[in-house]
Amino acid sequence: MLVKRLALGVLTLILLSLLIFLSVEALPGDLAEAILGQQATPENTAAIRRELGLDLPPWTRYLHWLGGVLQGDFGNSLALRKPIAELIAPRLANTLFLTLYTACIAVPIALILGMAASLFRNSYFDRISNITALSAISMPEFFVGYVMIYFFAISGYFPSMASINAGTPFLEKLYLCFLPALTLTLVVTAHMMRMTRAAIINVLALPYIEMARLKGVKSQRIITAHALPNAIAPIVNVVALNLAYLITGVVIVEIVFVFPGLGQLMVDGVKFRDVPVVQATALIFASAYVGLNLLADIISTISNPRLMRQR
Amino acid sequence: MKQHLLTKINAMKQRLLTMENIHIQGKSDEQWVDIIKGVDLYLNRGEVLGLIGESGAGKSTLGLAAMGFCRDGCVISEGSVHFDGKDLLALSREDIRQLRGNRIAYVAQSAAASFNPAHKLIDQFCEAPHLHNVMGRKESEAYARKLYKRINLPSPETFGLRYPHEVSGGQLQRAMTAMALSCRPDLIIFDEPTTALDVTTQIEVLAAIKDIVKEFNTAAIYISHDLAVVAQMADRIQVLLKGEEVEQAPTKLMLKAPKKAYTKSLWAVREHARIEQPAPKKTDTPVISIRQVTAGYTSQQDVLKNVSFDIHKKRTIAVVGESGSGKSTAARVVTGLLPPRQGSIVFDGAELPADYQKRSRDQLRQIQMIYQMADTALNPKLRIRDLIARPASMYLGLSGRALDERVRALLAMIELEPDQYIDRLPSELSGGQKQRIGIARAIAAEPSFIICDEVTSALDQLVAEEILKLLDRLQSELALSYMFITHDLATVRAIADRVVVMKDGAVVEQDGKSKLFKPPHHPYTELLLSSVPEMDAEWLDRLLIARTKKRAKKRGRKAKP
Repeated sequence: MLVKRLALGVLTLILLSLLIFLSVEALPGDLAEAILGQQATPENTAAIRRELGLDLPPWTRYLHWLGGVLQGDFGNSLALRKPIAELIAPRLANTLFLTLYTACIAVPIALILGMAASLFRNSYFDRISNITALSAISMPEFFVGYVMIYFFAISGYFPSMASINAGTPFLEKLYLCFLPALTLTLVVTAHMMRMTRAAIINVLALPYIEMARLKGVKSQRIITAHALPNAIAPIVNVVALNLAYLITGVVIVEIVFVFPGLGQLMVDGVKFRDVPVVQATALIFASAYVGLNLLADIISTISNPRLMRQR
Repeated sequence: MKQHLLTKINAMKQRLLTMENIHIQGKSDEQWVDIIKGVDLYLNRGEVLGLIGESGAGKSTLGLAAMGFCRDGCVISEGSVHFDGKDLLALSREDIRQLRGNRIAYVAQSAAASFNPAHKLIDQFCEAPHLHNVMGRKESEAYARKLYKRINLPSPETFGLRYPHEVSGGQLQRAMTAMALSCRPDLIIFDEPTTALDVTTQIEVLAAIKDIVKEFNTAAIYISHDLAVVAQMADRIQVLLKGEEVEQAPTKLMLKAPKKAYTKSLWAVREHARIEQPAPKKTDTPVISIRQVTAGYTSQQDVLKNVSFDIHKKRTIAVVGESGSGKSTAARVVTGLLPPRQGSIVFDGAELPADYQKRSRDQLRQIQMIYQMADTALNPKLRIRDLIARPASMYLGLSGRALDERVRALLAMIELEPDQYIDRLPSELSGGQKQRIGIARAIAAEPSFIICDEVTSALDQLVAEEILKLLDRLQSELALSYMFITHDLATVRAIADRVVVMKDGAVVEQDGKSKLFKPPHHPYTELLLSSVPEMDAEWLDRLLIARTKKRAKKRGRKAKP
């Protein structure tokens, strides 16, 4: 079962790479002409086309590209004339750092709040946490970001610019990135919390929960030991979706806090028509989605004895 | 005088549970409705009380109230519950939590739904002893293995290492009884513990419960709608009807001489018995002929193995067997929902296409179905008018006034007043009325053959009886043939002309009803027949003794060849 799911994940990735390649291929305009700009004489264009391999049939180029990608070679950036892998590596590291940082704050908060809300259903605590989480998610990210800056940066507690690089010490990184991480936490917590609450409440209506009550199990333990293990699948899926969002969708927050992440690289790539960069970042984003969802599926399978130990 | 006082003190020592003037209300549609209307209940140490009544009588609600527990949306509005000198309704949440699972335990109707699917059986067994500080983990594990062995669970040493889904229904129900005993409670509430089981499995569970209750001198409240089962288990029986007590008496007295009319009606339920129709002539063409059918859901496994039987005009064939014997699969093959791997279905002499999608509308019209759960088989958003009109317009092309008249005629046929019921929703009907709508929907297509899949097993006995009578009447009026799937042999006696006994996907025996119920039987039929509880308090004990003897004899025969 897990092997099948894994194979499906790989297949999805291959299809996605093909899709990305084809959609870039379908963009109007000629890459060679775009590079040359005003110097695009027919001879120059032809020379560049040959140099970039653009005269080869598409499927050969696709296989070349894919083969390169598998070896960590994404080609060269057209705008910066540097290998893309070199451009991406530090930014990917930054993005993953910020994602993990946010996840470490947001996931425990979301789970604990969600469980508490299901335990004290329809109480003031439930309502207030619901309203707060929903307000946070309904405000635009950049607005939340600027509010954070207004409260925490202007007073001087935390820096408003999260300009880190590979040499920044770990603790300083945590300090510099605190505000972007907090902003993202506010954005993603609501979804995960509400799903945790809903999934657990769903399970609480089942006969085995009543049985646990009649066995004299404490309410708290009913949630953590009896309901949660059976509610893992939907929760993990929502967590995975939100983590994927943190990797791919945070460009606005990156801009607000001047954070050197992958999102900015992709936006720059689009701005300068740097097609190979766009291709590469798109592929990384797609892999993040596929990989995280795959992980979520694996965790939910493992958490379910009915799937792990079939009769 | 002194003597009198002593007996009184003794009686008080004996008394375990006293519930007085219990009123329980439940909220439905924003209104408080009385579920229990002032019932008294008492129980002595080591005594087993049978609580009997139809669904909706409030048995489970009352049973749970004995633990000081109410389901969401219910409240004990009046009365008192005293358990071993403690007032349960006055105790703090924490104090009452300490009692539950520890001194009072509960065994639920569906063990499959009441075991947590995420944890191993042994972990669920050890949870209560650990929480209530009764035993350490090692000690309770050893105790679990001892109990598993005591109630004849397979490989008791490793049984607990399995997850609930890895164990059969009967074993799971026994494991739940064992779990209830994990803290050696003074009182166990058994809430219909065998209702979801086959008769043959039911016996094992009943034997285990009886054995264990006696051995540990545990008091128990045994809740059931099945009088014959309660008669085996209880020392005393209390009958409930619509939240009120009808009467109570020691079991034997209650069986022999029930006082109230309602109780008498429960005792005399199975009066409807169809007179067996003569066997059809050899030359008659059967309406439906199932010929050497082998079928399965996956390619590796055959759920039906070379099954053949015929159903003739105006005849009822009862197909009996345990769950998993292939009864419902046979129905799916006949309707064309599951094309068989081998064999064929012949309708009135002509072979039907195996797949329902390839059958003509007229072929589809001829075979209709009535389902077990009328609740889920009827679309809750449609009115009765539309539910019945649909097959009539689809198969017969009726519309407008003709359709309306047809629907009214059908309602009259199933004994529901058309003007009163035609615009209702399914939720505004009782269980028996819903099943009547299911019947009307089937006959609306004017079929010649109807499959009835456990149509009475979700209904109370009196209501079920009415449904069987209705089906019988419709059969002679409309010249219908029935294939009646059931696991209940009493239903078979009431309705069948011919019986097909199935086991593990194969037909074990088939014969006319009167012949089949007369010995000599096929061993499996014998097992089925002997497993049906009888209205006799000593039936179970006698049966178990007889079976043990038989087994010993067999072993003896094997030992000296």
